[in-house]
Amino acid sequence: MVRFENVGLRYGIGPEVLRDLTFRIEPHSFQFLTGPSGAGKTSLLRLLFLSLKPTRGLITQFGHDVATLSRDAVATLRRRIGIVFQDFRLLDHMSLYENVALPLRVMGRPEESYRDEVIELLKWVDLGERMWALPPVLSGGEKQRAAIARAVIARPQLLLADEPTGNVDPTLAQRLLRLFIELNKSGTSVVIATHDIALMDQYDARRLVLHDGRLHIYD
Amino acid sequence: MRAVWCCTTAGCTSMTNHDADDMMPPVQPPRSPGLPLPRFDTPLVPRNSISGRALVAVVAIMTFLASLTTGAVILVSGAASEWQADVSREITIQVIPAPNRNVDDIVTKATAVARPFRGISEVRAYTKEESAKLLEPWLGSGLSLDTLPVPRLIVLKMSSNPAPDLPQLRKLLAEQAPGATLDDHRGWIERMRAMTATAIAAGIGILILMIAATVLSVTFATRGAMATNKIVIEVLHFVGAKNGFIAGHFQRHFLLLGLQGGAIGGGGAVLLFALAGLLSRWFSGTASGDQTAAMFGSFSIGMTGYIAVVCQVVLIAVVTAWTSRQTVNRTLEAMD
Repeated sequence: MVRFENVGLRYGIGPEVLRDLTFRIEPHSFQFLTGPSGAGKTSLLRLLFLSLKPTRGLITQFGHDVATLSRDAVATLRRRIGIVFQDFRLLDHMSLYENVALPLRVMGRPEESYRDEVIELLKWVDLGERMWALPPVLSGGEKQRAAIARAVIARPQLLLADEPTGNVDPTLAQRLLRLFIELNKSGTSVVIATHDIALMDQYDARRLVLHDGRLHIYD
Repeated sequence: MRAVWCCTTAGCTSMTNHDADDMMPPVQPPRSPGLPLPRFDTPLVPRNSISGRALVAVVAIMTFLASLTTGAVILVSGAASEWQADVSREITIQVIPAPNRNVDDIVTKATAVARPFRGISEVRAYTKEESAKLLEPWLGSGLSLDTLPVPRLIVLKMSSNPAPDLPQLRKLLAEQAPGATLDDHRGWIERMRAMTATAIAAGIGILILMIAATVLSVTFATRGAMATNKIVIEVLHFVGAKNGFIAGHFQRHFLLLGLQGGAIGGGGAVLLFALAGLLSRWFSGTASGDQTAAMFGSFSIGMTGYIAVVCQVVLIAVVTAWTSRQTVNRTLEAMD
């Protein structure tokens, strides 16, 4: 599904923040991405999300060499990837229902074809009663669940989450992890970037550890 | 394939209220009949934002000023052309009093020469009283022309087709009405033409500066309004929207904002000209009203003026939309 070969990344003329990354993300796999602050976790997530291009090396996603893709082709490929941002990035002028339905609207699907699906997902993340609410009135946990719902509504093949439990209490963190596990069971490959050792200890999964820009893999 | 949360047609379960094992099968009650269905009604680009309203205000003010400038240029240009046309349509025969010269007789003979002349449509000889009235603003009323060597005037109106043969008329006057001279106002017309051209050129220069200032201020106001929408661009980009889709939404939104502001500003300017026209008709007949009418005509900017205002509104709206599209493209380029 995703293949990195000797990938390096530097910003401008600075030092390489990621060096010689070689790994694969297989279909239906689950992995944690961890490492100290500044190790390059967010940069790696951005490479996986196609919002950065590597300085060197080869990245293949869903069978495509990403270096050769046009902007529109990248946008189309990005629809197969869901991402949960640490700061949620919900649109404040839209209701929760509209925020979650946004990826499907962008794909051009008629609302009749996805309305029930969005409502069911919102209920599944326990936001069924809040679907008319605007993001500014939601709690951190509700925003986090809404962001996850938006990331998975289009049933992506790869789900990336950047510190998804960073703003929630341990109980909710456990529930969110359960959600990711369920999504993985349904066929989505999951990459969770986290510092939370306790969270990682709750589920036996592959660990990608970044240190000094290099990746160490613990299967 | 159904998603993990779509367990049955009846509904689904919640992630937070159950253990992982009871997430499937679902126990979701049917949708409450009292609740309305949610709808995706909100536009992707937020409307009624403070920055959007500020942009409408900037566009309205700048369109108003640009339209006023356009209208003023059209009025001055029209009035100047009218003065020039009036003067160039008329020629004058002057009879200057001199010792042993019967002015009335010469006036009668000159009138007789001019009236049948080919290309002259109207001949009007000013009486002594009318000549005194012409001098009244300078010399006061109750003037006796007998004591002053005031020339008598015969005003001839030329038809445009055929044009009169002025050298021939001058020759006839010299033969049949000695003492009468023909003045075709050539020097005055040349000065008028130069003044008109200068006035119009200055007006067009001011208009170009005004439009440039409008385009620049609208461009910067649009960029300011776009800055508050950066997160919308980012989110749309990250959920897989193509660049053309995002740029198209913003372009449409800002085109509407531009048209809205332009309609307010342009409409205000048109209303102001209509009001000025009404007032000028209202004050017609008074000294100041007549003076203003002589300078600016009827204050009507005419069809040309209305078309120019509409063109400005469209131009400013297009500038607004184009700037938003450019800003979206730049933002997206910076993200990739």
